[in-house]
Amino acid sequence: MNAYVGTSTSRVDGRAKVTGAAKYAGEFAADRLLHGFVVEATIPRGRIARLDTSQALKVKGVLDVLTHAHRPPLAGKDEAWKDEVAPEEGSPFRPLYDDGVKFNGQPIALVVAEDWETAKFAATLVRVGYQEEQAFATDLEAERGKAAEVKQPHKPRGDAAGALAASAVRHEADYFIPTEHHNPMELYATTVVWDGNGRLTVYDKTQGVQNVHRYLCNVFGKKPDDIRVLSPYVGGAFGSGLRPQYQVVLATLGALALKRSVRVVLTRQQMYGLGHRPATIEHLGLGAKPDGTLDAVTHEATAITSCYEDFARNDTGWAEQLYKSPNSRYSHKLVRLDVSTPSDMRAPGAASGVCALECAMDELAVALKLDPIELRLKCYSDSDQSEDLPYTSKQLRACYARGAEAFGWNRRNPTPRAMRDGKELVGWSMATGVWEALQMPVAVRIVLSANGHAEVSCAASDIGTGTYTIVAQVAADALGLPIENIDVRLADSTLPQAPVEGGSWMAASSAHAVLEAAEDIRRELALLASTMPSSPLAGVDAADVVLVDGTIAKDGEKSRAVSITDAMRHGKLERLEKQKLNHFAEDKSHARNTHSAVFAEVRVDEQLGVIRVTRIVSAVAAGRILNTKTGRSQIMGGVVWGIGMALHEETAMDHRFGRIMNANIAEYHIPANADIHDIDVIFVDERDHHINRLGVKGLGEIGIVGVPAAIANAVYHATGKRIRRFPITLDKLLA
Amino acid sequence: MADAANQIPDRIPINLIVNGNRRTLDLVPWTTLLDALREHLALTGTKKGCDHGQCGACTVLVDGRRVNSCLTLAVMKDGAEITTIEGLARDGALHPLQQAFIDHDAFQCGYCTPGQICSATGLLAEGRAKDSDEIRELMSGNLCRCGAYPNIIAAIQQAMGRP
Repeated sequence: MNAYVGTSTSRVDGRAKVTGAAKYAGEFAADRLLHGFVVEATIPRGRIARLDTSQALKVKGVLDVLTHAHRPPLAGKDEAWKDEVAPEEGSPFRPLYDDGVKFNGQPIALVVAEDWETAKFAATLVRVGYQEEQAFATDLEAERGKAAEVKQPHKPRGDAAGALAASAVRHEADYFIPTEHHNPMELYATTVVWDGNGRLTVYDKTQGVQNVHRYLCNVFGKKPDDIRVLSPYVGGAFGSGLRPQYQVVLATLGALALKRSVRVVLTRQQMYGLGHRPATIEHLGLGAKPDGTLDAVTHEATAITSCYEDFARNDTGWAEQLYKSPNSRYSHKLVRLDVSTPSDMRAPGAASGVCALECAMDELAVALKLDPIELRLKCYSDSDQSEDLPYTSKQLRACYARGAEAFGWNRRNPTPRAMRDGKELVGWSMATGVWEALQMPVAVRIVLSANGHAEVSCAASDIGTGTYTIVAQVAADALGLPIENIDVRLADSTLPQAPVEGGSWMAASSAHAVLEAAEDIRRELALLASTMPSSPLAGVDAADVVLVDGTIAKDGEKSRAVSITDAMRHGKLERLEKQKLNHFAEDKSHARNTHSAVFAEVRVDEQLGVIRVTRIVSAVAAGRILNTKTGRSQIMGGVVWGIGMALHEETAMDHRFGRIMNANIAEYHIPANADIHDIDVIFVDERDHHINRLGVKGLGEIGIVGVPAAIANAVYHATGKRIRRFPITLDKLLA
Repeated sequence: MADAANQIPDRIPINLIVNGNRRTLDLVPWTTLLDALREHLALTGTKKGCDHGQCGACTVLVDGRRVNSCLTLAVMKDGAEITTIEGLARDGALHPLQQAFIDHDAFQCGYCTPGQICSATGLLAEGRAKDSDEIRELMSGNLCRCGAYPNIIAAIQQAMGRP
């Protein structure tokens, strides 16, 4: 029955992507298409006192310059601007709404012209005068004292402060994670096609077409049928496309103002005015007995947010899942700064928080003179301590064992600076990763044609994660058809419901919706087949009928079969359509997580401080892997992100001006091909019969978690220097 | 200032041989080869990722050499032969690099992929890369945020006929 699920099937959208046929948001054509170019604020806080567009408007080919004082109407209540991923607390940013400036790089005007070059040129002619507010702040460390605690899900257990103070061996430290930007390769873009009579087709770079659809209807007071949102291909997102981006509002404003199709593509620099991983100070406290059992864990995160929304994720609390301790306390604090609101970025919360926790565990292991794996096994937790729940599955011990074996851990000399290869110091270390296994309601429609082809459709996006492919695999198996006969349609707001693609929940969620819809198809086909004249399936219970090889057959007795085509012709059906919304049964009896053990080898040039990550082994336990090829790629991508987080990525702010200094993809460093060496991904066998029917958990985030810590710990092992301020650059090593 | 506002330069006629077809364009001189392909010839397979020569997504072959089309003004290439991702497959048969990229899952979102494949085509023609270290180095002008680098190396090695 499983010809495709669990195999290394190549991406079904591969051909479109390697031939250039795949179209992204900024690439859809429209008659008389206009181009918008954004003008940004150059101060972090204040008011627009003067906005002179007269020179821009004189340029031949410019049709209009939209500003807060000159634009179509926008909704006036916060509720209209709150998309499904918006923070609960605060007032969402409204582009071109009023004269207020809330962050440097905020859009304040849109020049609309017949072509892009003209719009870009004319944008340089817009003159802006500000009433600046001198009292602005963008520096987390300088403003740390103003941090305010926000509500956190984890209750304190025991007396963490007292136990920590009394511990025989104690480690306490701050770890600093800088602001980071997603930098997907595709520029943030929207093409709004004016369909006439105020109806709009919106091609948008988003992870959730229905989220954007509802948002646009609310913001512009439109009826659901007036707007259709599509994102058939998304050139990377990593969380940046969860909330509607401001260019979708600007492009829609332009289309409504000029009653023509409008495209707005942000520049790479302008993309830094949207969401980011918030800079965070992670304070860890670990107390242990000399044998390596923990007495206390404290974790306090202090993160930045904007002045208009409180964005907070679970940086802390992961020790509840990983390490047994009778006492624990977690807190999350926010510092409101004059920056745009942070957003989810690959493994939000965990990427930063677990990085600090796993560096701290390594420091504790050194203090205890214990092998870092041995320390983790000593306090291994078989339950989620915060709720005292067992796991649906947790093969983390096997991750440690398999990873250590593949890495060659037993050949490690534990002494720092003891391993060397020529002029390079060699460091070997490891860290643990953990993420949630989430699942959401998703609906899928299957239309089966009498010729044995099926169209499977859902509003979910494929942001490079492989959703097209796994949906096709699951449908092909469930319908008993070759994968070539499955046509998957995604990312259209008119298709059956799906949440935003994020949190690693889409694989499990979409796969089970496919199973549910296919189950309805199977039942109906079984009924049809059993009523055919002299049917080989006459009298066979529908529950014993399976779909296999294009036939409807008795389970275990393939000779008793009717072809799908014959059965549908018998029923005079050209097409059989079933749509099903899958809800997962609510079950709070178990904790649901994915886990990993990450091993890193670094080589550090002793004189120059240059760090190379020459080997990573990531052993992942994430339930059943639907596609070992695309799944491996997802983990590998997460590892590359972890290398970037450890060594490269940092959004640098000039706090005197509240302005980002490296808003481009040359000075904001991300890993290039030469930075990446051997990455070994191991999927540890984890059969989870509890979590869902297929035993699927999701892979989007777990790949990055733990990687930065494994590298930081390996840098310590190589050099004897503990760098707690990320990214670990050579200047910090040589200081 | 009033003068600046009206200074749109005159258009210049140029010829490009794009994927074997002769194309005539009237372009203002500031139009990049990238925008000429995407906006004027509707060849959107060539991608814009930074417009500053930092990411390599816009890589095309100009007279057989790989270049960043965002850093190339179209008028500078009058008469040149341009090969884009749309021109690599012949009669529906994928170029060996295109097939290798699918086989090795050398992409996820697909946005950097046309640039990677055009760059790899240029790399193979250069004949400089002998092993994976050299391929890594010589492919580092093409960023991939999905992190498919090891698979990109494997795909290029397959196309080179090396294990």
